[in-house]
Amino acid sequence: MKHFIMPDDHDFGTPASKSQNMITLNIDGFDVSVPEGTSIMRAAAMLGISIPKLCATDSVDAFGSCRLCVVEIEGRAGTPASCTTLAAQGLRVKTQSETVKTLRRAVMELYISDHPLDCLTCAVNGDCELQDMAGAVGLRNIRYQAPQNRSISNHFLPKDTSGAPNHSYIAKDESNPYFTYDPSKCIVCSRCVRSCEEVQGSFALTIEGKGWDSRVCAGGTFDDFLSSDCVSCGACVQACPTGALTEKSVINIGTPEHSIITTCAYCGVGCSFKAQMRGDELIRMVPYKSGQANQGHSCVKGRFAWGYTNHPERILKPMIRDKITDPWREVSWKEALDFSAERLQNIQSTHGRQSIGVITSSRCTNEETFLVQKLARAVFKNNNTDTCARVCHSPTGYGLGQAFGTSAGTQDFKSVDDADVIMVIGANPSAAHPVFASRMKKRLRKGAKLIVVDPRRTESVQSPHVKAVHHLALTPGTNVAVISAMAHVIVTEGLINNEFIQTLCDIDAYKDYITFISETRHSPEAVEHLTNVPAKTLREAARLYATGGNGAIYYGLGVTEHTQGSTAVIAIANLAMLTGNIGRSGVGVNPLRGQNNVQGSCDMGSFPHELPGYRHVKHPEVRAIFEKAWGVEIDPEPGLRISNMLDAAIDGSFKGLYIQGEDILQSDPDTKYVAAGLGALDCVIVHDLFLNETANYAHVFLPGSTFLEKDGTFTNAERRINRVRKVMSPKQGYADWEVTQMLANAMGASWNYTHPQEIMAEIALTTPSFAGVDYEKIDSLGSIQWPCNEQSPEGTPIMHIGGFARGKGTFIRTEYVATDERTGPKFPLLLTTGRILSQYNVGAQTRRTPNTVWHREDLLEIHPHDAEDRGIRDGDYIRLASRSGETTLRAQITDRVAPGIVYTTFHHPKTQANVVTTDYSDWATNCPEYKVTAVQVSPSNGPSKWQKEYISQAANARQIEPTTT
Amino acid sequence: MKVYIPRDASARALGADAVAKEMSKHAQKHSLEIIRNGSRGMSWLEPLIEVERGGIRYAYGPAGVEDVVAILDNTSPKALGPTDDLPWMQAQTRLTFARVGVIDPLSLNDYRRHGGMQGLKKAIEMTQNQMIDEVIESGLRGRGGAGFPTGIKWRTVAHETAPEKYIICNADEGDSGTFADRMLMEGDPFCLIEGMIIAGLATGAQHGLIYIRSEYPDAIHTMQLAIEVARKEGILGTPFSYGTHNDDFSFDIDVRVGAGAYICGEETSLLNSLEGKRGVVRSKPPLPAISGFMSCPSVVNNVISLATAPVIFAKGAKYYQGFGLGKSRGTVALQIAGNAKYGGLFECAFGITLGEVVHGLAGGSATRRPVKAVQIGGPLGAYFPPSLFDTPLGYEEFADNDGLIGHAGIVIFDESVDMLEQARFAMEFCAIESCGKCTPCRIGSIRGVETLDRLAQGAPDAMAILLDLCETMKSTSLCALGGFTPYPVLSAITHFPDDFKVSTPQEEAL
Repeated sequence: MKHFIMPDDHDFGTPASKSQNMITLNIDGFDVSVPEGTSIMRAAAMLGISIPKLCATDSVDAFGSCRLCVVEIEGRAGTPASCTTLAAQGLRVKTQSETVKTLRRAVMELYISDHPLDCLTCAVNGDCELQDMAGAVGLRNIRYQAPQNRSISNHFLPKDTSGAPNHSYIAKDESNPYFTYDPSKCIVCSRCVRSCEEVQGSFALTIEGKGWDSRVCAGGTFDDFLSSDCVSCGACVQACPTGALTEKSVINIGTPEHSIITTCAYCGVGCSFKAQMRGDELIRMVPYKSGQANQGHSCVKGRFAWGYTNHPERILKPMIRDKITDPWREVSWKEALDFSAERLQNIQSTHGRQSIGVITSSRCTNEETFLVQKLARAVFKNNNTDTCARVCHSPTGYGLGQAFGTSAGTQDFKSVDDADVIMVIGANPSAAHPVFASRMKKRLRKGAKLIVVDPRRTESVQSPHVKAVHHLALTPGTNVAVISAMAHVIVTEGLINNEFIQTLCDIDAYKDYITFISETRHSPEAVEHLTNVPAKTLREAARLYATGGNGAIYYGLGVTEHTQGSTAVIAIANLAMLTGNIGRSGVGVNPLRGQNNVQGSCDMGSFPHELPGYRHVKHPEVRAIFEKAWGVEIDPEPGLRISNMLDAAIDGSFKGLYIQGEDILQSDPDTKYVAAGLGALDCVIVHDLFLNETANYAHVFLPGSTFLEKDGTFTNAERRINRVRKVMSPKQGYADWEVTQMLANAMGASWNYTHPQEIMAEIALTTPSFAGVDYEKIDSLGSIQWPCNEQSPEGTPIMHIGGFARGKGTFIRTEYVATDERTGPKFPLLLTTGRILSQYNVGAQTRRTPNTVWHREDLLEIHPHDAEDRGIRDGDYIRLASRSGETTLRAQITDRVAPGIVYTTFHHPKTQANVVTTDYSDWATNCPEYKVTAVQVSPSNGPSKWQKEYISQAANARQIEPTTT
Repeated sequence: MKVYIPRDASARALGADAVAKEMSKHAQKHSLEIIRNGSRGMSWLEPLIEVERGGIRYAYGPAGVEDVVAILDNTSPKALGPTDDLPWMQAQTRLTFARVGVIDPLSLNDYRRHGGMQGLKKAIEMTQNQMIDEVIESGLRGRGGAGFPTGIKWRTVAHETAPEKYIICNADEGDSGTFADRMLMEGDPFCLIEGMIIAGLATGAQHGLIYIRSEYPDAIHTMQLAIEVARKEGILGTPFSYGTHNDDFSFDIDVRVGAGAYICGEETSLLNSLEGKRGVVRSKPPLPAISGFMSCPSVVNNVISLATAPVIFAKGAKYYQGFGLGKSRGTVALQIAGNAKYGGLFECAFGITLGEVVHGLAGGSATRRPVKAVQIGGPLGAYFPPSLFDTPLGYEEFADNDGLIGHAGIVIFDESVDMLEQARFAMEFCAIESCGKCTPCRIGSIRGVETLDRLAQGAPDAMAILLDLCETMKSTSLCALGGFTPYPVLSAITHFPDDFKVSTPQEEAL
């Protein structure tokens, strides 16, 4: 564990070389073998010799500007920079000599001659590479002085000696909520600029001016960091060797003293972070270089938006109430749990075993999720468990399970480095999976081709130095038609990978499929009128995917959240199999998971028909494993899905629900229907950090713990099991797994887990794909991608190598069936929904951070033509209505959306975009059709009736009785 | 009657256009054919008008509008006799500049008549390796300043496998006192085009880019017109089959214009600028020959280097190699400027001494005062005192005296020059033109100016600090700008110590 508390995050100065050719050189008398292409600086670092450096850091390419890293090489003239000079066979290098000592000291003297030297009061005192290097080179004095009658040229004094303004001085930029830029401390090493370009891919920073006037500049001359293209990923702050770019938290509190490696609780990328602490106070989150999912990069959410963890609105005491119209009453944990247990037991005795259920969270740990579904199965004795994955990626589980045999993405993120053609369908990684997007863009800048299938011209279609070769701007709801038409082109133009199909796929199914897909009605020309995608473009895109080398597909909720979500996933799987793009690095089918543990919550048996490991409850041999482990009999009948629970609630047969870490009222479609269902329940237990929207209908509120306050694991979109480590004690007393255990025990169970690793042991014991997983192994490997078992003891980065998990890959017909949700005279526009970078999901976390400076409210994107027709101007309040309901929000006029399409996000409860979405859902999995709703838009004066009622109801429902003490 | 009036920018600056206009008034009467040629390189005689009589070109200059009638009547006091007989012309070995000032720069026929395209014709019969061997054997070294063997550079590019390769011509001629590139582009643009095609054939590159500084509008215009002519004639942009070379080899050239930065004459900054990026220096490796323009293998050569290829192929490597001294083979295009009685372009074999240039060719200072110093090789070149005037022009010979030939610009100063001021100017020039990437250049040059000011104010510690700074800049700068700025400074200190003997305020008080 010490390794993870004090991680070895050594900076080798320059990136690793991928060469297989090893060469040997001698540095300071020691031989070292390194891959060809390794810099002398890195080779020395591998020997443990740190050559002084300032502009070099191993996250970006060597730059060679600081000139501090000079060395001497036998037989070569001069003093080359070790960062830009490559190691060569037989080279003899001296990293320390009288000459280089003198030169380094002289260069350092120049640096420091233009530095304020306020080290003792500087925020990065003790955490400053400039300071370190001054020490390393033995700098003892600065001899440069001003000539008579004028000041020495400098960038740090606002005024010269005569009191006139110093034109080289630039004031601090504090516009970003999380970090400051103090140009007076900048040494112009360009590490920030290079990180912004090479690591993040935003190209928001540049060096303005030349020579002495060279200054780091965000955006154009008149921009500051906030107004520039900066996405606040923080790569620049991390790269800065001085106090020029510094986290405000460090300025306000001080430098951290210890670090613990943990995993981000935002999106499905699952970035590893060093939580940098001072005592039990979190100072900053710094992405962990050895984190395999993110390799040292992060986004604005993971790095900076953790302030919600100590937001004043966080509830720290359990609360109960008899009726939802009563104010909340703060009680002891025991009272709250006894109250809950009694209510649930009474309901079951009155309304039967099936009358209560649970909803597991895709944000909680695997261990917590496992316990919640176990609560339903082993304590409630039913299968009434579902999860928020229902409303996002359930079609992925179904579709990929059918085609390949595994309900998960096929690749690791690293695989994208080897992709030649990247097809992004119904996903906007730049906004929703930013760290993956950066990695993808890096590959695209190196020459891979991009195809984007999305109704909107998203940031992923075009961003600095990245442009999609083809953007198929389809009509929402026609994914299956578009993807099938691509398959039609590939089959009819003979672009299939016959060898792959013949050896690895089920031939009967394949024959059936090609008969089907070859029919002219699937041709791009035949479906053009439905999809709005020009046939020529579609054909070109299909050819590019089939023939452009390694083809990788990444898709998101734009694929799954449709009535044909599962069909679309199958269609994608078909494409990959037709072209043989499965089973090696650079290819594959990769769902981009929305929440941090969507994959894990699905793996952990959260669905009502499946026990952990995607095994149907109807199979007695599967039930037997759990019955043996848990000592109970397991109901062989699948339980209720979320929508079934709500239906049953309205019917009166379902009465109690324990919801851990999910806000179904805001996140699930057709808000009014959800509200009606929740309102009909006798006992709603909400286990969350905040009084979320669902809690307005709750009788018990159990305060939750944040990811910083507990141990466990998250499983990201690449099936990577990452450790979540407790960096501070739960502010409300208990980790969530402990609360679930207490509730179970209050209902008569006798669970006695003392640490989540015991839960993981139970998971490993019962679930084959986790058989080889334990905390010790995760600690030693850093992370593990399941399946991890006897065949793959260290996990499986890439699946289906040399054969499919299910045996043979299965082609399945993908008949396009239009959704019943159609535009008409009353609702002539199609609404589709999505996310933006700074906010996360229902916004419960990010809305409680300064991230709101980038997104204060949800906006409706509307094309100028549609706006003009309706007399709507940019920024106007508009009414957005569907057959389900209506809401109001402000309009943003943009041609990112096509005419006839409008778009919004669902981050703010005030907007309640889901009042508008309908109850249509995926035929196979009930995943709601968030992405297609027929709507009308019209000017409005203010909030809708629903919004007003809702706001007042919420205010009432959130009242907490004053405590008498 | 053929009349030649230069279109060269130096002649135009001195009134050549007005002379041409006046001349055209007499065109009909004298049945004149007015040809706007390049410059012969005798700047003190510009505008130099030539009238062809009996197949011999007679020179008149410097000519004004008022001289036109007399020139046509052959009664002008500005008559200088046959141009080729002038001592300046007689003393030269014009290989690269053989046609400059002689031909109509935009007439391909003229170009061909005067030996143009002979080099390419020979080259196409050779294999790539033979071509490269020829250039190596000629001993041609980069005329931009660094003196790197051109053939070796070409060989590196030729041996790279890449979908695209580029021939980049560096015409960002920013050194003070230099104008050879400009004169060649304005006077014989097809020669550069031919040289670039030869380089393309030798290396397998099919695209050429000429990066010309924005301060050269005439050169830009002339090159663009010449490229148009060459395209029309099927020399550029059309696939042609040439001997042993690839059947569908074609070569095309584009002109790109700089934006006023001296540093973009440095090859890697030039590449960044060509790519549309900030003109900052790239660290090497990778060498541009391996990863240059758009990360493709690229030959980056100076105008003169490329324009010398045709004559090497036309007359053979041995012929070219036969001129010169030591490891400096062939000819050097001296550009004599500053306080010189006779300034201009003079092409001759390496080996001529500096004294012969200053006192012989240049005729001493224009102010007729004794020459005190000569700066050779642009603003980063060393100042040579008369005591070093016996140094022969050669790369190694100059390096041995802590100097450089560079692009062969020679700037003459008389005794009135203050060498401390010149040292300060070197640092100031560096500060203004620094790209700002590396520390010694970005901060060091500013500190250099300040320290020289302190030195001038009599600060006793300033000299030691300055010498340390020079050593730091020399050893640690990323490119030649910071790395060579100490040369003029140190040469001024070494050779002109009296100019740095400043009494301290205390001494003055005594």
